[in-house]
Amino acid sequence: MSNRTLPAWIDIGLIPLINICLAFIVSAGVIMLIGESPLEAVQVMLFGAFGYGEGIGYTLYYATNFIFTGLAVAVAFHAGLFNIGGEGQAYLGGLGVGLICLMLDSWLPWWALLPFAIAAGALFGAAWAYIPAYLQAYRGSHIVITTIMFNFIASALMVYLLVNVLIEPGSMSPQTRSLAEGATLPYMYQVFAAFGIEIEQSPLNVSLILALLACVLVWLLIWHTRWGYAIRMIGFNEKAAVYSGINTRRTIVISMCISGALAAMVGINEVMGAQQRVLLEFVAGAGFTGIAVSLMGRNHPLGIIAASILFGALYQGGAELSFEISTITRDLVVVIQGLVILFCGALAYMLKPTLEKLFLRYTLSKAARQDNLAEEAQS
Amino acid sequence: MRDWQFASDAQSITKHNNKAMTTGDKSMKFQLLALSAAVAISASATAADLKPAVVFDMGGKFDKSFNEGVYNGVERFKKETGIKYKEFEVTNPAQREQAVRKMAQRKADPVISVGFAQASAVEKASKAYPDTRFTIIDMVVDQPNVQSVVFKEQEGSFLVGMLAAMKSESKVVSFVGGMDIPLIRRFNCGYVQGAKYAVNNVEVISNMTGTTPAAWNDPGKGGELAKSQFDRGSDVVFAAAGATGAGVYQAAKDAGKFAIGVDSNQNHLHPGTMLTSMTKQVDIAAYNSFKAAQDGTWKPGINVLGLAEGGVDWALDEHNKDLITPEMKAAVEQAKADIIAGKIVVHDYMADNTCPAMN
Repeated sequence: MSNRTLPAWIDIGLIPLINICLAFIVSAGVIMLIGESPLEAVQVMLFGAFGYGEGIGYTLYYATNFIFTGLAVAVAFHAGLFNIGGEGQAYLGGLGVGLICLMLDSWLPWWALLPFAIAAGALFGAAWAYIPAYLQAYRGSHIVITTIMFNFIASALMVYLLVNVLIEPGSMSPQTRSLAEGATLPYMYQVFAAFGIEIEQSPLNVSLILALLACVLVWLLIWHTRWGYAIRMIGFNEKAAVYSGINTRRTIVISMCISGALAAMVGINEVMGAQQRVLLEFVAGAGFTGIAVSLMGRNHPLGIIAASILFGALYQGGAELSFEISTITRDLVVVIQGLVILFCGALAYMLKPTLEKLFLRYTLSKAARQDNLAEEAQS
Repeated sequence: MRDWQFASDAQSITKHNNKAMTTGDKSMKFQLLALSAAVAISASATAADLKPAVVFDMGGKFDKSFNEGVYNGVERFKKETGIKYKEFEVTNPAQREQAVRKMAQRKADPVISVGFAQASAVEKASKAYPDTRFTIIDMVVDQPNVQSVVFKEQEGSFLVGMLAAMKSESKVVSFVGGMDIPLIRRFNCGYVQGAKYAVNNVEVISNMTGTTPAAWNDPGKGGELAKSQFDRGSDVVFAAAGATGAGVYQAAKDAGKFAIGVDSNQNHLHPGTMLTSMTKQVDIAAYNSFKAAQDGTWKPGINVLGLAEGGVDWALDEHNKDLITPEMKAAVEQAKADIIAGKIVVHDYMADNTCPAMN
């Protein structure tokens, strides 16, 4: 960071854009190999994601999940921790949301229930992140390993609970009963209908507002509080943080708990909003996508929102693609999504040195030309 | 959309043929030809109108099990009638409703929904699109435009349980399930009941492969489970575990034990090892839905397919006929008749989520 030679618009604007284009060029090659037209595919994908009301709704609905998990990864990342456990924390968070909703849904309307649901979800998600955090801070177990393993434990635990305990009696699929009608989050189309605006149906619900609110809160937390300062300091240089009197162990645990609580908000969107019940695998990979989202968004809330919309569009446009063009199977859609993640996440800095060189040469030659001009003017 | 264009192509070809015939001579033979051409026209007219669709579930259409059964059924329909169908494989829970709705929006009819997980999606879509016909497999959705196809897996499992117990010399038999869900426990429970019905003091060892959907596709672990069951004395194993079963059958073959297949007739996989298969005719259910829609005989309502309806059964063919003694066959056929007649009632695990036979 110290010897940054590129202006910000190249670093956070141009490089991701070039990376996306590269990913799409490689994808186009794959699509051509199976004998379909890449142009048509791009058209279908873009139209599916942004072209009509339902598509936009689904894009933003997926983006809501990715904002939550992206923020979760970002908060941990600022403390120098790589939280791979967003999937499990979101899963458990959904359980917390589900339990409190199942308990209170016949008594309370959704707006009264929401604070309890957020609290319960956050508590469950934070608790699930607390154990790996504790092991990292006080026992030195690596957080990457423990959080990955906790995803599997969460999955097994949820299957056990849904199959044996929470299952709706007589139901074939391992899922709880649906929540009472007034207790679920209003869909956005219902909200808009209340104002007399008609938009198409989609699972997009008021959780999106909660997600944007979470972005503001994370921004405040990381850059405008003492906790945030401590978190960032550990991320930059843990030894310096210790030296300056920060309790690193406690801060690691706290930042992981915040991270887990943020991931758990996926449960609000899914359990209380879109699915209206707890069911198997409702997280559907959002926890892992959050890692790519956070990387691409440079761990900043604004970047995370942009990256979330991109990935939401990939999910929704990808579904549309396999719907419209039958030779493009869902596996190929995963390939395209994987390429975008590869180029934007893993290879994010691949082009940076080249661009730096180009930019340097350009600015130097420009400076030299100006010098020449000045000399000519003098003589 | 492009899939459906073929159907209208077929129609125009038949029309063309018909035109050619009207210019022919006016013999008796011609009238017959014209008649058959007219029949062909009307058939292809319905063919052009029929836009069937399938929404596969998360396992995907090549899961070597349930979804693939449906795939085989609709492929057979496509081959026989030339009518293409539209398909979608969901990748996350939110896509179920999206896909089912979208099929209806695009005027697909009938729409087959694969698997119990799509029930709520079908319920919502069937209310929003009352003119579209839906068929859901493995679950009941009570709507006037929905046909629900469910199977009595416990009855088929009962029969193969009997065969296992009768074949076993150690009087220990075993079960390998896929993912631990009520449906698989229903298989397990029927199997235990059948084994104990045939041989009173038989012991049944049961294991589930896992608790996540990955358990449907883990032949390595399936093989390990089967081996450990053999170590504990089992000599016949029944796998109701999707693609995991392949590992179970291989382990049985390696150890010189017997195995029982599931869903489709898997007797041919390892002749001499495969004692029998418990067949669940998902493909026929899917095929029938499309076929009935084409013939105009499609009816909404619940379709329970048990032994009586041929929805589940045990498989006897040239690959396993040497393994089944006449006594075994007689006993199983007797039990089958008794179940159909209602003299034997096989307990359904999912009726009360318990299995008394396993205690």
